[in-house]
Amino acid sequence: MQCALLVVIVLAVQYLGSNLAANMKLVGITPGFGFLNHAANFQIGESVIPYQAGDSYGRAILVGLLNTVKVAVAGCILATIVGVALGVARLSTNPLLAWQVQAFVEVVRNTPLLLQLFFWNAVLHGLPGPRQALSPVAGVLLSNRGVFVPGIETDSPVIAGVVLVFALAAVVFLAQGRHIGLAASVAGLLGAGAWGLAHGATVALELPRLRGFNIAGGLTLSPEFAALLIGLVVNTSASIAETVRGGIVSVSAGQWEAGAALGLKRLQILRLIVLPQALRVIIPVMTSSFLTLTKNSSLAVAIGYPELVSVLNTTANTTGQALETIFIMMVVYLTLSLTVSVFMNAYNRRWKLRENAR
Amino acid sequence: MKPLSSARMRHWLGASAILVAAIATALPAQAGSVLDAINQRGKIKVGVGTSPGFFAPDSNGKWQGFFVDFGRALAVTVFNDPAKVDFTSSSPQQRLPALQAGEFDILLSGVTETITRAFKLGFHFGPVIFFDGQGLLVKKSLGVTKGADLDGATIAIQAGTTGELNIADFFRKSGKTFKSVVIEDSREFRNALDSGRVDALTQDSSDLAIQRTQLARPDDYVLLPERLSKEPLAPAIRWGDDRWLEIVNWTVYATIEAEELGITRANIDSFLDTSDPVVKRFLGIDKSLGEAIGLDPKFAYNIIKAVGNYGEIFERNVGKNTKIGFDRGLNQPWSSGGLLYSPPFR
Ligand SMILES: N[C@@H](CCC(=O)N[C@@H](CS)C(=O)NCC(=O)O)C(=O)O
Repeated sequence: MQCALLVVIVLAVQYLGSNLAANMKLVGITPGFGFLNHAANFQIGESVIPYQAGDSYGRAILVGLLNTVKVAVAGCILATIVGVALGVARLSTNPLLAWQVQAFVEVVRNTPLLLQLFFWNAVLHGLPGPRQALSPVAGVLLSNRGVFVPGIETDSPVIAGVVLVFALAAVVFLAQGRHIGLAASVAGLLGAGAWGLAHGATVALELPRLRGFNIAGGLTLSPEFAALLIGLVVNTSASIAETVRGGIVSVSAGQWEAGAALGLKRLQILRLIVLPQALRVIIPVMTSSFLTLTKNSSLAVAIGYPELVSVLNTTANTTGQALETIFIMMVVYLTLSLTVSVFMNAYNRRWKLRENAR
Repeated sequence: MKPLSSARMRHWLGASAILVAAIATALPAQAGSVLDAINQRGKIKVGVGTSPGFFAPDSNGKWQGFFVDFGRALAVTVFNDPAKVDFTSSSPQQRLPALQAGEFDILLSGVTETITRAFKLGFHFGPVIFFDGQGLLVKKSLGVTKGADLDGATIAIQAGTTGELNIADFFRKSGKTFKSVVIEDSREFRNALDSGRVDALTQDSSDLAIQRTQLARPDDYVLLPERLSKEPLAPAIRWGDDRWLEIVNWTVYATIEAEELGITRANIDSFLDTSDPVVKRFLGIDKSLGEAIGLDPKFAYNIIKAVGNYGEIFERNVGKNTKIGFDRGLNQPWSSGGLLYSPPFR
């Protein structure tokens, strides 16, 4: 049976393949990835790496890929934070809070994401111009040219990176309540920072301010990026909230009672007893939320954030290599999906092991 | 905000269009000709955009516009019925792969004829029906008078258009810089200027002139006189059906020839008893030409009866007396100083 299927698949691929070559020849397209070295004569609005019109298609596509990764990573992290908070709030003993969260989740889940993106884009474009930019807190400027936040200006990016890693580790350890790890990473952070300063590294907090017609300095999030990020986070956090709620509800009431009998407070029971068990249910569903978020980021073409699909569309239009671009898209999304799944599975396994050990 | 029809939503997922094109390339070359498929279906499938004056449904849902009228003219040539045609709007980004994939028999959406599209996308182009050039639409209060003044500006470009390459070329040539925002959706594109997100829009100047009328305060904006490129807008079809190409060619030529001969929708019947052999052949009073080429001998007569000659189509949809108010410019017969020129009907 499986052999027969294999034969059918091989024959089908061969048939399509030979057709493909013939058809491409007919319209004068040379199959292959040679075009990746050709000059892409279009501009891309924002990029993590240097790029300008005239660089290669390969580089242009990489710019799009990095933009996708940028919004997906930021989106997944923020959606998790917001989603977990909402999921927990949904089960709050305060009925008003629980009701509000439920209403939010329903509204978000019942409107098309694309409309939500248009909405957020309109909100961000509706902000005042750079000269009248809003400043809700010192150092943050909101304008229709982007969201500007303070940035850290340094001439030693490596040391800054090390400090950042220690800082992240400290946050993780703090969240897990592991005091030794926390102390170690804070020590590392201070050590690396002191070493850097002693060796003449400069760090400065750079605040965005108005220069000429535009705002300069600090970190800039383009309105399109911000709209996409907010849209994806709001949308995904609603489904994560549902997942988290479901996960918590799946833990039997006996566990709460047992915790209470030990004299623990509600939040403590949640953090120490219920959430670790709920995570087994939550993590696999969360994985699919993350993947959905990543794929949904391609809706950004409509509002003008230059992510992977938008760059690939332009590439296909200007080179005619539609098949190659679809191949690249498939490979990239497959790789992203597998990467997320591998990470999440590893994380899932860790929870299971710890549960057995206890 | 206008609601999105489900057909438009369907076109949204950016990935879908190239996927369709990719699959189409992998399938066997379409069996039979485009013309056979049209005849079987009983309708021509035409891809358009949505810019009132060029193509837009009216309040009754009936498609109207300059390009739409050429679609109806085609339906007259093929079926002698201007209604046997379906118009579908898609974004400039999606429509090229959609034509490749066979979703449309023809694009009448203001597609610029370029050598890359001819060879690499595998398109044939009919006669140019609108000679255009890329323009810049800016806020008057910026005090900008030419493209070079926009050094450092943020400019919105519509995804999938020739504008993506032209504007980059323009700034590279002059050594100046700009920031681009590439937007697929037409309304979002326009809103970017309206809201002040960008300093300028760049598109075919005809399209910008139409967009301007749709802004909240059109008078606050000015279309700069400078043209950054040549944009000959022509009907586009896939390679592979020569007869279909000729039908497209001669349908357009019929409207141009009629204008040159002074034949209009109103006066056409007064030509029926003419003794001029050129007009007799053109209108099919002398049937020998039509019979020889296998078309209805009266196809040109029927086209003019249904939609009028080129000048009438132009004036009715985008001319001086419409809200759009275009000058004929290059788009008038060669004999009046334009570029329209029909080969002889003989
Ligand atoms: N001529 C350019 C631009 C094509 C284009 O965008 N055409 C206009 C009409 S002239 C359009 O479709 N506008 C947006 C829309 O109608 O949806 C090209 O071929 O790339």
